[in-house]
Order: sequence, then C-alpha cells, then structure tokens
Amino acid sequence: MKIAVCVKQVPDSWAEKKMAGGLLDRASVDAVLNDLDEYAVEEALRLVETHSPTGASGEGSGHSITIISMGPDRATEAIRKALSMGADDAILISDPALSGSDALATSLVLAAVIGAKDFDLILCGTESTDARMSVIPAMLAQRLGFAQLTFAGSISVVPETSQITIARMTDVGVENMKAKLPAVVSVIEKINEPRYPSFKGIMASKKKTIEVKTLSDLGIDPATVGMSAAWSEVKDAQARPPRAAGVKVVDDGNGGNALVNFLVEKRVI
Amino acid sequence: MSQVFILVDHAGGHITKATSELALFGKRIGEVTALIFSNESSPLLEELTTMAVDRAVVIEGINFDSYSAAPVARIVANLISEKSPSAFLVSSTVKGKEVAARAAVLTNSGLITDAIDLTSELVATQSIFGGSTTVHSQVTHGCAIVTLRSNSIEVEATTSNPVVETVVVSVDSLDPSALLDQVISLEATVSGGRPELTEAAIVVSGGRGTNGDFTPVEALADSLGAAVGASRAATDAGWYPHSHQVGQTGKTVSPQLYLACGISGAIQHRAGMQTSKMIIAVNKDAEAPIFDLVDFGVVGDLFAVLPQATAGILSKKS
Repeated sequence: MKIAVCVKQVPDSWAEKKMAGGLLDRASVDAVLNDLDEYAVEEALRLVETHSPTGASGEGSGHSITIISMGPDRATEAIRKALSMGADDAILISDPALSGSDALATSLVLAAVIGAKDFDLILCGTESTDARMSVIPAMLAQRLGFAQLTFAGSISVVPETSQITIARMTDVGVENMKAKLPAVVSVIEKINEPRYPSFKGIMASKKKTIEVKTLSDLGIDPATVGMSAAWSEVKDAQARPPRAAGVKVVDDGNGGNALVNFLVEKRVI
Repeated sequence: MSQVFILVDHAGGHITKATSELALFGKRIGEVTALIFSNESSPLLEELTTMAVDRAVVIEGINFDSYSAAPVARIVANLISEKSPSAFLVSSTVKGKEVAARAAVLTNSGLITDAIDLTSELVATQSIFGGSTTVHSQVTHGCAIVTLRSNSIEVEATTSNPVVETVVVSVDSLDPSALLDQVISLEATVSGGRPELTEAAIVVSGGRGTNGDFTPVEALADSLGAAVGASRAATDAGWYPHSHQVGQTGKTVSPQLYLACGISGAIQHRAGMQTSKMIIAVNKDAEAPIFDLVDFGVVGDLFAVLPQATAGILSKKS
C-alpha cells in the first residue's frame, strides 16, 4: 500500500495569533506540526504495521508512507517530526508565489503532487488548527476523483480487494462507509494515540529525503495561486475586545443558590 | 433581482433551525431558492412555508444519505452553472461544509466557511483564532459560497408560499466519480429529547471535574431545557459521546448561555464556546483559565453546586 499523508505546519495552539496584512502573522509565532495531522501519520504507520509482512514500510516491502506538505522552507521542521515518527520520505511544495493561497489553491497544488504519483490512500487530519476550515480533504477527493471517507474514527483496509471501510463520526452519528481505493480519508483525534518519536527515529529522520518542489516543477502557473489569486479576500480584521471580568464567588454552601440568583437577575429564568 | 441558493439541512423528516437562518440571510441578498435533496419531501415542503423562501427545488431519485457529499455537490454545481445565483449558503455542518468545498471546486467559486453574519453586499463576518479576532471578508470570484454557523441570526416567524419545482435524478445520470463512496449503515446520535447542541439557546457542558458522572450536568441541563456538551477530556475518557464534544475538534457553539462545569478552559475548549453570549463556570480550581471568560463563576465542587442550582431553578419555574 502506498500511502500519502498531508500535513501542515501551524502556529503553536497556545501562541497568541495575530493578523498582518490580511493574513495570519506566521513569522512571530512558534511553528509546529498541526497536532491533528499526527493522528493521520500514526494511522498510516499502524496500517503498514498491520499489512506489511515485516511490519514495516520501505524499499522491497511494497508499502510506503510519503509526507506531503505545502509551506515555506521552514515547514521542513514539521515534516521532520512526521519522518521521525516513521514515515519514509516527504515532498514539500515551497514557492514564494504560494504565500496567501486559499483552500482552493492549496488543494490544487496538493492534488497536482498526489495525482502525479500512484498512491492508494491519502490520509489527512480533519482540520488545521489555524485556519480550521476543514475542507481540504473533500476538495482533494473532488479534484483527484477519489472516494471521500472523512472524519474516520476507525479504518480497515483489505488490500487484496482494494476495499476500505471506515466509521465516520460526525454530528449526525456514526456512519459506516465503504469504498474502493484510492481514497482520501481524514481521521479524527479519537482514532489512535500518536507515538512519540524514538531517539532512533529522530536520528533516522535526518537521513530521510525531503524533496522540495516549486510551482514550475509541477507545471502550475504562479498566477493561479497565492494571495492575488485567492477567490476570497479579507477586508479587515480586528482583535475582539477582551471580555469584561465577571463576578466570581466561592461556594460556601450557597454557590448553587448564587448561580440561580444570577440567572434570575439576567432573566434567563 | 439577485438569486440566492440555500441548501436545506434536514434530519428525521424535519428541517433544521439553521436552515431558517440561511433563508433570512439569503433574503437580505435577493430571491431565495431552497434546494431540498430528499425522496420524502412533503413534510419538508410543509415546514418550508414557515421560512423566508421564494422557490424550492426538490431533487429526488437517489438516496443521498447513502453517499458522501459528492453527488449533492455535483448537482448543486450543475444548478449554480445553470442559474448563476450570486450566492450559495450552507449551514456549517460536517457534510454541509464538504458540499460547499466540492461545489467551490466544481464551479470555480470562492469559499468562506463558518461565517456568523452576512450582509446584503455579501460581506461575511467570521470569528477566528478561537474567537479572539473578528474578520470581514468577501468572495471575489464566481458564486459566493458561504457556510454559516447556527445561532447567528434571530429566527422570526414568517410564512411563505414557495414555487416548487421537482428534478428527478438517477444514479446513471450522474458522473460516476460522484458515487465512489457509500454509507453502509448509520447509528444516529440519540438526542435523549434534548435540543441539538449547536442550535440550543443554553448549553451545559461537563469536563474532567465530573469524574465520569454526568448525572448532575444532565439534571441541570434538563432543568433549563438545555443541550449537554462535553470537553475533549471527557469524550477522550469515554464518559460522553464524541458527537457532544465542544471545542477545537468538536462542535463550535454560540448559545445565549454556556455553563462550563468542571472544565478548566484549555484553549482547545475555548475555541468552541468563546463567542457564547453569556458564560458561567463552576470549577473547584479558582485559578482555572475558564474563569477569565465568565460573566459569573462559582469556585466549588460541581457535585454540590449543580444539584443546589438545579433544585433552585426547578422551584423558581414551578
């Protein structure tokens, strides 16, 4: 099974995020591997462990895990983390013209990279913790003409028949879905517990290849991506005023009654 | 006059309240056409007469619940190409956003997700970075495809008499690439008679502090007619279903009142509830970050405070 895992480098969840020139100011914050993508990397590793006779991927095994990311050169740090968990190699699409790309352009670029290879399975997290649109997996499935199995809480694959089934966990409940590979699958954070990279894994990752591609390598016109080609534009952004400090009482045996009085005062009841 | 498409979201033979909100936003812009994907549309058309719509297009012939967003998106895209509406509005559900994403690709249109307001000039308001920043943005290419969070506009009672058109489609008439995935079975979330989380006016949530016992949280919720939510810590521990998770990887709620019980207020949780109109917290730890957000906070044991509050609310109501 040839698996691609799409990952993104994002600002640390705890960092205070600010806007600059209609875009997220990425320079001023620590950048990490989107933590929701770690579940996708982990699931790829587990699928290979289940289906490879040796329990591993890599040359000769018939299994491979390739990390794919779009971002500035420093996104190699996030990619390196995924490689240290155990993925085999990576492709980074890095080009100054990509700055400010919307989800449509991002999915166009990722689909160009994925479509040029012969992947069976594309794994993604459900969203990036910065933009939080949660639309890239569906866009990729649409552009690639692959099945869309998103919000998976569990995955099982029968390689012999190319059959994949997932339990899709959404607001409506649990939907059991099936499709034939190739498929785009996004995974929720309940699916597994991502491993910590081992020392051996970290050392091995330094020798793994991160292939850096530009737009011209992919044959994509720079005029079709980036901020100027985005099909939505930010008109303005303002920091929300902080909430005014409220009332805090210590329960002395009447905390519940105090809460009720507050609700009455605010005409909730 | 401008044409606006809205995607009717329905479950169990009922149209969601979020759909009424889409109609009201659509009315600001122009003439509203409701797209209903259902083989049993009569009860839905009945409910539609209480919403601000001018036309309805019923698309039937395929069991759309058996597929991912692909076939719906394909048909919506065809309708957008045919009628050139200025906007296509969808509620911000998991499947709704996927339909919007695919329709944007298929029609070369810009996409804005999770808007909380939309003007007649199609300027959308979004609350981003966990509610810390407010952004105004606009689609600049194609049909303006916008997904809107529920509880974004007050629903007013109205009546309408939409002109109904029915389009019959078949599996054979669709591009095979729209039918690659199939739903084998569905275990629907049991609401327990409580309101839907994202649509509820009041949400009572429980976290790590419940130690797995949601009884006092549910009792308080029921006394207020509220929905029950849970923090990621509580759903990770298996104490409450994932479908009730509020926060970064769960649902984003924006009720009139949010009650956080035994929830410390990690940034991932705040991202899902920070825009609630009023926030109350009950937590043993006086230093818990949730108290930075509250209008009213009780430092105390939820197993003492919640039952007392529940009893107080029930006696006020009787």
